[in-house]
Amino acid sequence: MAAVPVAPAKLVVEGVGKRFDGDDGEAVVALAGADLTVAPGEFVSIVGPSGCGKSTLFNIVAGLTRPTQGRVLLDGEQPDSLLGRVGYMPQKDLLMPWHSVLDNVTLGLEMSGVSRRQARARAQGELGRFGLKGFEKRWPSNLSGGMRQRAALLRTFLAGRELMLLDEPFGALDALTRQTMQEWLLDVWQADRKTILFITHDVEEAVYLSDRVYVMTGRPGSVQMCLDIDLPRPRKFELHGSPEFVALKQKLLTPLHEASRRQLDAVVG
Amino acid sequence: MSALPDQRQPAAAGEQPPAGLADPPQVAGRGGARGRWIAAHVLPPLLFALAVLAIWQLGVRLADTEESTLPAPTQIFSAMWEIRDLLLDNAWVTIQEIAIGYLLAIVLGVGLAVLLSSSLLAERAMYPWLVVSQMVPIPAIAPILVIWTGFDMRPKVIVIALVSFFPIAVNTIDGIKSTEPELLNLLKTLGAGRWKRFWTAQLPSALPFLFSGLKIAAALAVIGAVFGEWVGADAGLGYLILTLNNQVATSEMFATIIVLAAIGIALFGLVQLAERLLLPWYHAARKGSDS
Repeated sequence: MAAVPVAPAKLVVEGVGKRFDGDDGEAVVALAGADLTVAPGEFVSIVGPSGCGKSTLFNIVAGLTRPTQGRVLLDGEQPDSLLGRVGYMPQKDLLMPWHSVLDNVTLGLEMSGVSRRQARARAQGELGRFGLKGFEKRWPSNLSGGMRQRAALLRTFLAGRELMLLDEPFGALDALTRQTMQEWLLDVWQADRKTILFITHDVEEAVYLSDRVYVMTGRPGSVQMCLDIDLPRPRKFELHGSPEFVALKQKLLTPLHEASRRQLDAVVG
Repeated sequence: MSALPDQRQPAAAGEQPPAGLADPPQVAGRGGARGRWIAAHVLPPLLFALAVLAIWQLGVRLADTEESTLPAPTQIFSAMWEIRDLLLDNAWVTIQEIAIGYLLAIVLGVGLAVLLSSSLLAERAMYPWLVVSQMVPIPAIAPILVIWTGFDMRPKVIVIALVSFFPIAVNTIDGIKSTEPELLNLLKTLGAGRWKRFWTAQLPSALPFLFSGLKIAAALAVIGAVFGEWVGADAGLGYLILTLNNQVATSEMFATIIVLAAIGIALFGLVQLAERLLLPWYHAARKGSDS
């Protein structure tokens, strides 16, 4: 409990681990033990190579998987189930091809019992900010990759949870679209300061977006380090070239590189 | 169509030159595309059929074949016209049987699919038997059905339903399974319960598969109707074929077969139309990935 700050943190992850029973009877440890804290209104990222257990951690915080050790506190309490409490946006946009963009983004509202008319009215008000105005009647298959991702984000925003988990939302986009989407996400976040926990394997993205970055490494994965990103906000694209930015990036890259080097050495022999 | 004169008389559209200039080529281009589509998709099968009919006609004439062995296409069409009332009356009986049997197959197929998808235990217990049920030659059951239900419409309807529910059930089960697991997880995190997840994600995901099953079932339903009538009936196109067979009325038999095929094609087309109307997103996505 000592780790919890005076004001209750939005999210506390305490010694959370996950062990799966493998097919051959041997247990597979996906996550060895993760500790992290996210304050209300904070933008926190987790970086790590694939296979470090960050998606397992995400599923645990979203309530989809139960941890085999440790606990997750939301607003200082341990709920029976985290399902329905946390906004969740996985890497795939998961827009339903049979619904228009408008009916896709209102999914969260409708699931929580808001009438279709009210949900649509709420969504209409946000379409401009999410760059979807004029596209609300289209099928998702007629949208560009960036638009689909923004629609998925709007769906997550409209669901109205105070804590949102974003799992590599820009991972599938090309480099240029990705950068403009990062800038745009900061603008949107700045406006209503929801709490965001963001997963990425892109160190630059993590530094640019976050207040704090956790580094996860290893198999089984665990949190290796935590770095405060004390760059001023609002941040603009030009920040990428500043010496402070480069230094922070280097600080994060070092443990990641060492870990992936160790992994490669273990395989190469 | 109305755009074509405008294009030929640009002076008439002189009041709004930009709009007048921009619109007609687009419309004309579309008309051209439609024409090309018809030329590419409708003309070849039509010409092929005409060629086959011509060769048939010529062959029968040259070989001087008996009409009772192989009638010429012209003889079949004139026989069709002669017995048109007979064909219509019996077609009406068969259409009713197919309509009821097919609807029953949809209810049975979709119902089973939902039941089997609702629990792993139900699927494990019933799926093998669902497959086994198709190994039973269903037309062979028809006589037993006649013993149970008599010579009315019921045995035919049951045979039709039994032969055509299987592709509907199996396709729908596959469709429900095709739902993206991540989408179901997303719905869970939104607090959606099991039935909400089913209605919101699994059922819509299954619809394109269901329609594939419905198309296969449409063809099977016609076969089922003929078999059902062969076992015991006093009306219907299958019954008519048997009667005409006894009279060695070969041209009339061919005419009846054509009507049966037309019923099958109409049912298939109806399913296709329903698919277009109910799943516009599916065709939009396919068109998008084609181009």
